[in-house]
Amino acid sequence: MNLDHRALRICTKCLFAMALLATLVVASFAYLSLGLERLLTIDTARELARFLLSFFPPEVSQRYLLKTANATLETLAVSAVGTLLAAAFALLLALPASGRYGSVMRACTRFVLNLLRSVPELIWAALMVLAAGLGPFAGALALAAHTSGVLGRLFAEALENAPAAPAAALVEAGAQPAAAFLYGTLPNVLPQLLSYSLYRWEINIRMAAILGFVGAGGLGQMLYFELSLLHQTQACTVIIAMLLLAALVDGLSAMLRRWLTSA
Amino acid sequence: MQASIVVTTANAHRFDPAARSRATAFVVALLVLWPLLVWSQFHPALLFETRNLAAIAQFLGGFLPPDMSVEFLRHVMRSTIETVAIATAGMSLAFLIAVPLTVANTRALSIARIGPGPGWRMSRVLHVISRGLLVSLRGMPELVWALVFVRALGLGPAAGVLALAITYGGMLAKVYAEILESADTEAARVLLQAGSGRTLALVYGLLPVAASEIVSYTVYRWECALRASVVMGFVGAGGLGQLMDQSMKMMNGAEAATILVVFLLLVLVADAVSAALRRGLA
Amino acid sequence: MGFQLGNVVLTYPNGQRALSRITLGAGRGERVAVIGPSGAGKTSLLRLLGAALRPDDGSIEVLGQGPWRLSARALRRLRSRIGVVYQKPPLPGRQRAITAILAGRLGSWPWWKAIGSLVYPADIAGAEAQLARLDLADRLFERCDRLSGGQLQRVGVARVLYQQPDLILADEPVSAMDPTLSNLTLGQLVDDATARSATLIASLHAVDLALRWFPRIVGLKAGEVVFDLPPVRITEALLRDLYAAETSVPPTQAPEPLALPARGPRNVAACKPQ
Repeated sequence: MNLDHRALRICTKCLFAMALLATLVVASFAYLSLGLERLLTIDTARELARFLLSFFPPEVSQRYLLKTANATLETLAVSAVGTLLAAAFALLLALPASGRYGSVMRACTRFVLNLLRSVPELIWAALMVLAAGLGPFAGALALAAHTSGVLGRLFAEALENAPAAPAAALVEAGAQPAAAFLYGTLPNVLPQLLSYSLYRWEINIRMAAILGFVGAGGLGQMLYFELSLLHQTQACTVIIAMLLLAALVDGLSAMLRRWLTSA
Repeated sequence: MQASIVVTTANAHRFDPAARSRATAFVVALLVLWPLLVWSQFHPALLFETRNLAAIAQFLGGFLPPDMSVEFLRHVMRSTIETVAIATAGMSLAFLIAVPLTVANTRALSIARIGPGPGWRMSRVLHVISRGLLVSLRGMPELVWALVFVRALGLGPAAGVLALAITYGGMLAKVYAEILESADTEAARVLLQAGSGRTLALVYGLLPVAASEIVSYTVYRWECALRASVVMGFVGAGGLGQLMDQSMKMMNGAEAATILVVFLLLVLVADAVSAALRRGLA
Repeated sequence: MGFQLGNVVLTYPNGQRALSRITLGAGRGERVAVIGPSGAGKTSLLRLLGAALRPDDGSIEVLGQGPWRLSARALRRLRSRIGVVYQKPPLPGRQRAITAILAGRLGSWPWWKAIGSLVYPADIAGAEAQLARLDLADRLFERCDRLSGGQLQRVGVARVLYQQPDLILADEPVSAMDPTLSNLTLGQLVDDATARSATLIASLHAVDLALRWFPRIVGLKAGEVVFDLPPVRITEALLRDLYAAETSVPPTQAPEPLALPARGPRNVAACKPQ
């Protein structure tokens, strides 16, 4: 008898949740008045299909391929430099954020890190374009700002979880806290920090590509430009370059991480 | 008793064997870093150029006080609701896309696991196709899809919803498949061997076991979709992002500040709601 | 110099007494072995002497100074004159033995030397010399996680030897070594302390090692000093009493039973390495 009661109660909660969810979904569609019914007509579908097909075949003239290659290198550089800057800044912030200098510093730094990573990369890029002008440098700075928030938190957690005995032993032997950190704690956490950074690079290569939409150079800026002029075939080349670049960085990062864990 | 072994002068000039590889790695790193800095046009001095300093100073200066006029706040509220609606609608479509993909994927696998039989080869082909589809769907960031759809369908939330549906659909399908694959298949296999249809075995055998994990991931993805909707607004897909893009293009720091604060609050609330939902439904 | 403890009391966080009213002292250049059953407080005693733990009551003086009355800088300088050998050396796995050994002098190196040594070891010959004394020179550039327990302990000892402290605190320094290596290692520690007139206090589990290498044996049981005698005055009864709770036969390194020096003025054990 008791079981029936409980099962019934759980079911009601489930049903209630599902009903609420359904209402929210329907409300969303209604609010947006998307006119998706418009989309489902044969005409619009055909239009959309025609539009999507107009992307093929991609533009492969030598001049354009060269231009795309240039932009690819720019995007690659933005992601790499951005991630590097982020890792350095994150390590700096992770030290107080792991509680080494007291709980007040910890709370303050954690707040700053949260702020940094809450703002999406694209908004950072729009801000950095103001601060540093159009071009890939703004993109690198934007990635650095956002990623240092993400990495800073991961680094802080790694530092907090690192064994404290080696550094403590060195302090007992009279070493300065900084030296004790370098000789006692860092060797233990360094592989983990590098692994996080490499993982973040994989994500950043995709972000770097699209930061160009707000003027941060690279493949993104090219894509925005071509689509604005409705140059679909050129846009297709750029998109393919983006996909290939992402695959390349994924492979590189995986290789480096395997080398790290084996070394 | 062994006497102390004192190192003789023959070994006095021992070198660190790791030194060579470290030096090489350092040189390689420099050789790689230099062109990277050049290609990314790394010029920290640019930050202090008068023109840029003036621009950012004026913009940041406008941050305080943020625009709190009732009219603008109403505008912002409307955009926020629009953003939430885009995220929710996009996620529901993504879910609708993900379900058949997951079923196809997992069905194929269940059959493959049981062994060869009628329809086995067809299932393998289906499996490969669906996997390939998922990979290519996930390859492009949603922002690129959003830009394409804005060009195709015009400015507005429709582009954002469709972009979310396609990219998140692929993402959800992949993770759902992983969850189902790693779930305990005992119940499903029992049903299959007892002669039930494959879909029924999936629904009654596998699903209850994996349901809470699936729900948890979906709610988490909805939170990400919310942030993505804001970002997509920058390319014209409506919502808070489009509003912020307009404010920034007009260098209106006050408006941008308000929107930024509202965005951060939205993320905070969504985070809390999502955590509560995940705890409650799990 | 050396150290002096007066009526020191130490309590564990859970309320139990670790050390009860310990009065113990050693002058410069003395060598003391502390023996006793597990949980007697040997490690706590050594940690107290290393200024890692603060006594709840009583007075403590290490190398002529009260460590808890010093400024931070003075405390750091005092600590650099104290070397601790740990039973389980706290060495990061990925660190190489040479870096671990050179870290012994971090207390006296300027900051640029400390950082520079991470890039290229600052004193390979010096570190190698210490490791060679313990018959481990061929593993100088090996990573610590590739060393066995006994090898790791020897690296820990080498670090302290490199540090050249005025006070050596050794907590079960040879617990993971076979008899030959334990004797070699203890012999090197004793040699080093004698050569530099440093004070050496070591807690040991094997009574025969203590009797062999140290002219002064302190028996610790349940946080109290039970006896403080030269080896010639140690009787079987004393030892049996000390280890009564743990075992009926006092623990030894070698498989043969304990051979106590016979009583009497004629058979004063030299306690010198052979």
